[in-house]
Amino acid sequence: MAIRSFFLFILFFSSSLSPVFSLYEDQVGLMDWHQQYIGKVKQAVFSSQRAGRKRVVVSTEENVIASLDLRHGEIFWRHLLGADDVIDGIDIGLGKYVITLSSGGSILRSWNLPDGQMVWESSLQGPKHSKSFLLVPTNLKFDKDNVLVVFSNGRLHAISCIDGEVLWKKDFEAESFEVQQVIQPPGSDLIYVVGFAASYQFEMYQINAKNGELLKHESASFSSGFSGEVSLVSTETVVALDSTGSILLTISFQDGKISSQQTPISNLVEDSLGPAVIIPSSVSGIFAIKTDAVTVFIRVIGEGKLEVVEKTTHEIAVSDALSISEDQQAFALIQHASSEIHLTVKLAHDWDGNLLKESVKMDWQRGLVHKVFINNYIRTDRSYGFRVLIVMEDHSLLLLQQGEIVWSREDGLASIIDVTTSELPVERNGVSVAKVEHNLFEWLKGHMLKLKGTLMLASPEDMAAIQSMRLKSSEKSKMTRDHNGFRKLLIVLTRAGKLFALHTGDGRIVWSHLLRSLHKSEACQSPIGLNLYQWQVPHHHAMDENPSVLVVSRCGPSSDTPGVLSFVDTYTGKELSSLSLDHAVVQVIPLPYTDSTEQRLHLLINADKHAHLYPKTSEALSIFKREFLNIYWYSVEDQNGIIKGHALKCKCTGEVADEFCFDTRDLWSVVFPSESEKIVATVTRKLNEVVHTQAKVVADQDVMYKYISRNLLFVATVAPKGSGEIGSVTPEESWLVAYLIDTVTGRILHRVTHHGSQGPVHAVFSENWVVYHYFNLRAHRYEMSVIEIYDQSRADNKDVWKLVLGKHNLTSPISLFSRPEVITKSQSYFFTHSLKAIAVTSTAKGITSKQLLLGTIGDQVLALDKRFLDPRRTVNPTQAEKEEGIIPLTDSLPIIPQSYVTHALRVEGLRGIITVPAKLESTTLVFAHGVDLFFTQLAPSRTYDSLTEDFSYALLLITIVALVAAIFVTWRLSERKELQEKWR
Amino acid sequence: MAAVTPLLLLLLLSSAPSFSSGSRNAYNINGRVKIPQGLGLGTKGYALPGRMSNVKVLLNGGQNITFLRPDGYFSFHNIPAGTHLIEVSAIGYFFSPVRVDVSARNPGKVQAALTENRKGLSELVLEPLREEQYYEIREPFSIMSLLKSPMGLMVGFMLAVAFLMPKLVENMDPEEMRRAQEEMRSQGVPSLSSLLPGGAMN
Repeated sequence: MAIRSFFLFILFFSSSLSPVFSLYEDQVGLMDWHQQYIGKVKQAVFSSQRAGRKRVVVSTEENVIASLDLRHGEIFWRHLLGADDVIDGIDIGLGKYVITLSSGGSILRSWNLPDGQMVWESSLQGPKHSKSFLLVPTNLKFDKDNVLVVFSNGRLHAISCIDGEVLWKKDFEAESFEVQQVIQPPGSDLIYVVGFAASYQFEMYQINAKNGELLKHESASFSSGFSGEVSLVSTETVVALDSTGSILLTISFQDGKISSQQTPISNLVEDSLGPAVIIPSSVSGIFAIKTDAVTVFIRVIGEGKLEVVEKTTHEIAVSDALSISEDQQAFALIQHASSEIHLTVKLAHDWDGNLLKESVKMDWQRGLVHKVFINNYIRTDRSYGFRVLIVMEDHSLLLLQQGEIVWSREDGLASIIDVTTSELPVERNGVSVAKVEHNLFEWLKGHMLKLKGTLMLASPEDMAAIQSMRLKSSEKSKMTRDHNGFRKLLIVLTRAGKLFALHTGDGRIVWSHLLRSLHKSEACQSPIGLNLYQWQVPHHHAMDENPSVLVVSRCGPSSDTPGVLSFVDTYTGKELSSLSLDHAVVQVIPLPYTDSTEQRLHLLINADKHAHLYPKTSEALSIFKREFLNIYWYSVEDQNGIIKGHALKCKCTGEVADEFCFDTRDLWSVVFPSESEKIVATVTRKLNEVVHTQAKVVADQDVMYKYISRNLLFVATVAPKGSGEIGSVTPEESWLVAYLIDTVTGRILHRVTHHGSQGPVHAVFSENWVVYHYFNLRAHRYEMSVIEIYDQSRADNKDVWKLVLGKHNLTSPISLFSRPEVITKSQSYFFTHSLKAIAVTSTAKGITSKQLLLGTIGDQVLALDKRFLDPRRTVNPTQAEKEEGIIPLTDSLPIIPQSYVTHALRVEGLRGIITVPAKLESTTLVFAHGVDLFFTQLAPSRTYDSLTEDFSYALLLITIVALVAAIFVTWRLSERKELQEKWR
Repeated sequence: MAAVTPLLLLLLLSSAPSFSSGSRNAYNINGRVKIPQGLGLGTKGYALPGRMSNVKVLLNGGQNITFLRPDGYFSFHNIPAGTHLIEVSAIGYFFSPVRVDVSARNPGKVQAALTENRKGLSELVLEPLREEQYYEIREPFSIMSLLKSPMGLMVGFMLAVAFLMPKLVENMDPEEMRRAQEEMRSQGVPSLSSLLPGGAMN
């Protein structure tokens, strides 16, 4: 009895452990890593502060504004603005405020330079949409207050730099007036606003900067019209191109008088081909024009006379001007040569004299230089030194100084398009032998330290030692496959067309490759990467082959442009081959068949609904022919509200005989009425998901069968009115309908309407359930619903006697025409936060219970046990249900802070969450990406199949020693007692 | 929470009108986020996870995002009339989303309510409902925690067997004891001493 109660006691303790993901603070960084990025830099402003650390403030295409350390490239602070709040311009005011103009010039914000705290925010309105300009004149003062000049939405504002108050404003309401430049000549109290009206009239407004009074308004018409941008060559001269792009117009408005000069480009450049465009630059006296092949730099001498200073066919990038003294301006020029880039810094008025000429070796994987920003510093010998910040084609940011790359940031990783994983090479004997622990003493010392840590006896120094010991463990960052499957390569495709392989152990870049096929070429004008697929995953045969991935891309933004395929080896990052397709790629269907070299068969559907088989080998074709009739897929046309099912018909009947091309036929279609429903989300199960068992044992020894089909599609539609933002629609005119559709037959298995609800809908499908998140307008809260679908056709087979007597229906034929006997259960709960992404954990065998991973609006990832979303939850569960683990029903889902997977970190700009099973059943790998990257390991039911990281071997040793000692002591005691007995 | 209430009251008295109307159909929503300082977290030995500069205020699930001024005020500009949702994202704190009704008929008349507990707000002053502790707290060393570990339980069990069992045996009736011992002997159950190598010698 005593023993039994003792075991109960043990059970009690082991079951009282909370089942949620939880982490001690000192375990941060042990299994997870977090990387911060900013995205491709659009604009950079160097802080000119004399004291303190040198900074550069940048704005990026990911809509981030950040302050970087100029010495090391680290982020001091960073803010991600809203998606509709695109940054138009940044500058530094008064040396301590970062000024940003965003939202098409309607929001002006000021940030404290040292810590990134917002100081003020102003909303700027105007009569009409226009280009926006932000000027921070250095010497324009207004009652000791520096003034910002902002032109936005057809209105010119003067704004106080200290508190964001609008000092004065002036409208430019003329209908056709299009502003091109806003100029504030240094040292004067004038502002010039120049632009075009009605596309052939040049307009110039001269405004008093003190009070916004219009001093002068001149206009001149040019019969040939204008095209493109204008370039400012001095404070009172602009250069523009006429509408044909072949004549240069030099317009000067000195003292308010407009005078102009026309120079045909052909006069300057003999062999000029095609129309030119002006490259905007702010270098005084010099501007550049670019035709298809050549870039020409032209200097303006005196009264509108032009002179060609340089002509080059190389790719070239020019920085803005930097004033280095009262009357001197310098600018940087970068030219490409095979494996190097040449940096030259020149003075604006002296083209031939170089201030600086350096060559820097550049990895060609970084591509071309897209942007250059120049900054100067004063060397110890009082001469000027220059450093340049360059933005490369792969979106990386580099600082060059004294002919060297001082630091580089891989900011391409801020814009990941798709992610897949790859195994690492198998460990071969002699290649890398696991390092044995140095010696026993070291080993024991380490474990004693750990023991001290677990017993909370460690001093801070000890804690630091433990932390560094844990982080240093080379085990997790090795380049070979491990037994538990924790070490993998994450292959990510970025918007720049670069492929990166990240090691899951520490997040370092193993290799990176700028895809040649995604390079701009004549055939492919603006290639964009679309998706990554696992092309070859060798395991059984073909063990010697390296795994490879397929990158699908297309040549332009519209879906009917031809596609490009490239195959990349995941061990080395080499591009094995690439194919320029003669057809478009609308849909890629990885088929569940592989050939003898473990290459996966893929079906590519083009715009005319022809299916193309890849790889184009006869073996693949023969495998495909065998499964010809078993291949079904669906397509969603969310514009028209139609979902269609397709199957293959026959060989292509085109003029060109192509064995690998097939005609398709439509099997079924579901048409949603466009006046009442609009498709907002479609989700299917993950292709590689493993389900452990179909049976689910419920309370009372009863069994339910999950309806597990790979061909289930979840579709959510909302009322067209309710597809806008929250608050734009009343609950009465908004509804959300959820469907479960079989994609082979097109049969709707389940349909449920949520009245008074609206999108956005985020959904995840796994096993036999789907969970979706939407907004309930009546309660004005977010809601999450779960639908579980069960198979009823086998419900009668539970009786063993029926099975024995053969009265079961297991052998009865399954027909597509009969309605599947399914039942669905569903339940809804309130959830506090908006979601950005949703995913579910996946494990190797599907035994471990599941957790939902919710990417919240605060850019955190919350793990929520699936048990909270169980339609069988009731307010008062019975005893049997409680034992089964059913949680009493509550109206909202709990948010347990310890179950934030990202703990105290943010994955800024979260876009996607990817889960990958490890080989160890209890563990799943989670990768969340946005502007930041975050990776961790999760054990939804705790690590029941392995010892945790903080398992104390020393405590185990001590226990064993204590036990052995106790055995000897008791032996002695019993021996002595026996002796005494015998003497008695 | 007790410490929060007086602060809140103070704010209600001193804060300026929190809603103001804009031009035409667009309105401005102005409010304030107030994070009470020195409430628990700071005293627990590690720094506050989120600073004021990292707090974001989001309207309608990220349609508009704004940041806090140093005094905690924020504003959304050009918001159409209707019912909106404001969320506050701050590491270390749990904020309830707020339902904000911007009325078109009488500009300036706006209602706000916490959606988590349906509490109405007379002013748009947002306070965290609770702090969020992302890490498990290591319990200080105690004999109990050592005993609760599997190893501790093992040792405890062994000690219990070693010292309590003889006691149990002692309390037994001598008659019964003898019978039991005889039974054991007849079954050939070896004593502890005979199990060990040294014990077999005698």
